[in-house]
Amino acid sequence: MTTAIEVRIPTILRPYTKDQKVVAASGETLSTVIADLDVQYPGISERLLENGALRRFINLYVNDEDVRFLGGLEAPVKNGDSITILPAVAGG
Amino acid sequence: MTLKISQAHVDAMLAQSRAEYPDEACGVILGPQGKDQARRLKPMINAAHSPTFYEFDPKDLLSLYREIDDNDEEIVVIYHSHTETEAYPSRTDIAYAGEPGAHYVLISTREEIAPATEFRSYRIIDGVVTEEEVSISE
Repeated sequence: MTTAIEVRIPTILRPYTKDQKVVAASGETLSTVIADLDVQYPGISERLLENGALRRFINLYVNDEDVRFLGGLEAPVKNGDSITILPAVAGG
Repeated sequence: MTLKISQAHVDAMLAQSRAEYPDEACGVILGPQGKDQARRLKPMINAAHSPTFYEFDPKDLLSLYREIDDNDEEIVVIYHSHTETEAYPSRTDIAYAGEPGAHYVLISTREEIAPATEFRSYRIIDGVVTEEEVSISE
């Protein structure tokens, strides 16, 4: 069964998704959803992952919960879930 | 390229920066979607509470984006203060600049120029910093 997950794309990543702000992906965990996104929109996973882990200053949320509290890359996702990607606002 | 901003907003950002010294102060100015008009100032909590670093708490960040979505707004300005250095984007500022459409405002409250402060604005796109004029209206 393929899951249908909505993924909300921030402005800075829209060049990868042909300017779409919301796209669909499938997967049972955040990790597999990102892999699926990369199949559809090559190169996007490199903006989200470094050495197999989520980049520090990209925030991901599943249904408005920060994935850091849901198991990170192993966060489970199910049909109808919504993932939001937001680059951190930070600096020094 | 110019940042058009009101004196009231500038005063508020400077006051906030002084009040939060020695930590970096930060926030945004929002405006109607697609218009590049700085209308609504929204100071944000620096979740890092640091004199050398600022970060919006991820939860605050999500709330902010939900709010601007509901209001059909965009982020026009992202501002923060430098407490010891000049009002120029640091390597960290450049590395983390994730909102390509925003004007990045830097405010310096460093001791050596006190009580004066420095207020400058930049675009940071694909790692390239371009300073822009600041046009302040009454």
